[in-house]
Amino acid sequence: MSHRQLLPRDVPVQLINADGKADSDDVYLAASPTALTDGYRSLVVSRRINDQCYALVRQGRLAVYPSSYGQEACQVAAVSVLDDGDWLFPTYRDSVSLMLRGIAPADALTLLRGDWHCGYNPHEFRVAPQSTPLATQLIHAVGFAHAAVLKGEPTVVMALCGDGATSEGDFHEAMNFAAVFHLPVVFFVQNNRFAISVPFSKQSAAESLAHKAAGYGMPGEQVDGNDLAALLAVLGIAVDRARSGGGPTLVEAHTYRMQAHTNADDDTRYRDSGEVQAWAARDPLVRLRKYLRGKNALDDAEETAFAAEADEIATTLRDALNTDVQPDAGELFRHVYATSTPQLDEQWASLQGELERSEDGAKS
Amino acid sequence: MTMLQENSAKVDTGVETMSMAAALNRALADELAADDCVVVFGEDVGALGGVFRVTDGLTGQFGEKRCFDTPVAESGIVGTAVGMAMNGLRPIVEMQFDAFAYPAFEQVVSHVAKMGNRTRGAVRLPIVIRIPYAGGIGGVEHHCDSSEAYYAHTPGLTVVAPSTPQDAYSLLREAIRFPDPVVFLEPKKLYWAKGPVDTSSTAEIGKARVIREGTDATLVAYGTSVPIALEAADAAAAEGRSLQVVDLRTLSPYDDATIDAAVRSTGRAVVIAEAPGFASMASEIAARISERCFSWLEAPVRRVTGFDIPFAPPRLEHFYLPDVDRVLDAVDSLNWDS
Ligand SMILES: Cc1ncc(C[n+]2csc(CCOP(=O)(O)OP(=O)(O)O)c2C)c(N)n1
Repeated sequence: MSHRQLLPRDVPVQLINADGKADSDDVYLAASPTALTDGYRSLVVSRRINDQCYALVRQGRLAVYPSSYGQEACQVAAVSVLDDGDWLFPTYRDSVSLMLRGIAPADALTLLRGDWHCGYNPHEFRVAPQSTPLATQLIHAVGFAHAAVLKGEPTVVMALCGDGATSEGDFHEAMNFAAVFHLPVVFFVQNNRFAISVPFSKQSAAESLAHKAAGYGMPGEQVDGNDLAALLAVLGIAVDRARSGGGPTLVEAHTYRMQAHTNADDDTRYRDSGEVQAWAARDPLVRLRKYLRGKNALDDAEETAFAAEADEIATTLRDALNTDVQPDAGELFRHVYATSTPQLDEQWASLQGELERSEDGAKS
Repeated sequence: MTMLQENSAKVDTGVETMSMAAALNRALADELAADDCVVVFGEDVGALGGVFRVTDGLTGQFGEKRCFDTPVAESGIVGTAVGMAMNGLRPIVEMQFDAFAYPAFEQVVSHVAKMGNRTRGAVRLPIVIRIPYAGGIGGVEHHCDSSEAYYAHTPGLTVVAPSTPQDAYSLLREAIRFPDPVVFLEPKKLYWAKGPVDTSSTAEIGKARVIREGTDATLVAYGTSVPIALEAADAAAAEGRSLQVVDLRTLSPYDDATIDAAVRSTGRAVVIAEAPGFASMASEIAARISERCFSWLEAPVRRVTGFDIPFAPPRLEHFYLPDVDRVLDAVDSLNWDS
């Protein structure tokens, strides 16, 4: 393919605009109203999870929560386009994607609650541990896909990252490796305009990150990240391409982080509320709801049912996080090596001694 | 037949004499043949056979899917190994030189070392990261570094540094079958040193070995410092002093039992390592001996190490590297009148 064919559109793909009106497109097709209603249900649940986690942080039940409020369409689409056997390589911000992939909310939040570094078995859900070092997981995704090809398995790997992560060297190495070895990876950048406090303009001088793809020899596309229909269409085609041997794709979603980076961050220091308000008008839930209502594909009964389902998940989440689980100190030593070492055995014995003494009251 | 295999001479006992590089090559070939999940990759490991020729002939013998060249991207090499291992393969990656492995350092420390722990043992990473390490070959800057402390300091990594072709062969095979990631440090200056290799012999990761008996003092060495320790023991014997030599072979986990027994039997210890001494492997060894063998000791544990400077340029290297005289001086200072 010539590099021109690899280039994304100049304007992000959009199938449903902010007013909930459909745009026609000759390449990308919106999913059926039924499928989109299902997507809307996931959006409602996702929004509720974000709200609940925000509250749990305030109540001191979660140590930290990088919210994906406003980015829910990306969270839903990234998982919806995958088959069961495919793999997801998420970041710290992608907890909602984890839950949509079937991981119990409390297990998905083990990391952010501070109980353990990863609360689920990656093989069970085909979800890698959430990566906090930026862009490093993109290379793991590439290696995973390479192994799948060597083993003759049809696995597609979805690798998530933010716009800030694209400045890291590992982003480049991952793109290049995947393109050179023609691997079934979809790189999905959620460009939410900020890396903590640093605006996208200080991250990259490029107008679009998707254009970078051509330089590596893979197709790129940019898409409205608040438009679930467009995301499903663009990511769906990228996944199909990967599965049919067409190699990797870079997809950049233009979206916005509506809340602070985490609870530890004060976003009023680096952006004005006007900007945030402007993005609120493009909310992914509102527009899809308008669209579906306009098509009579969503009625009051369904909305009530979705809200009830979201309530239920929120309650489960709240209950699980309000339960105090005593962390097991032995875990500190148990998993460092497949077979423990004499040094670790000795250190665990000494900690056990300390713990026993403190139970005896001998140690304050 | 590969170039390296041609170079190795068959002897009657079934044991062959070969260089360490050839022994490593044989270990890789034997494991590639034994297990389809084993893959070897890195920079120039294919047609060229690696800059030290350790992967010589492997692509020809096993095909490009089993031994392949990657882009020049150390982080990418180690990071893709993580993903491959997650997906059931046993990757062996080659870092071209110790001082060029640092772009991969984040992957090594943040992911390779931690994945098993992070996932409560659900994801083990059976990766071998082969790194030609240390000096003594007259390499220019960034071609020699003694980086073992960075890796040994990192929980979750197993760090191996053989000093003989036999151990190189046995330990590499063991490392490839090991369930956890192994940083396998190959002493560059010993790549061409020859010795007998019995391919049926095994060596256990985590076990040090007394390689020379002695009664007056114990020299603790590993990798490149082992031949120096042996030479020093020979020289001391000529002067009537009996030095024992222990080869660590595995730096982490550390074999306290063997070292303790050795040091307690002689009551004196000198640790030899070429890396800068400050906050080093040698410091760790000396501290452990002091803590665990204090009442057996006749003198403080001495360290003979490199200076705390960036690795010396080739023409100054001989000033930097520990040598037999420095070892003998340290031995002389071990409180012999007490
Ligand atoms: C290698 C690395 N450097 C720095 C950090 C600290 N850090 C955490 S999040 C972040 C910003 C990331 O922004 P972006 O990639 O756009 O993702 P977003 O948080 O917006 O989803 C930084 C700098 C990190 N996690 N990893």
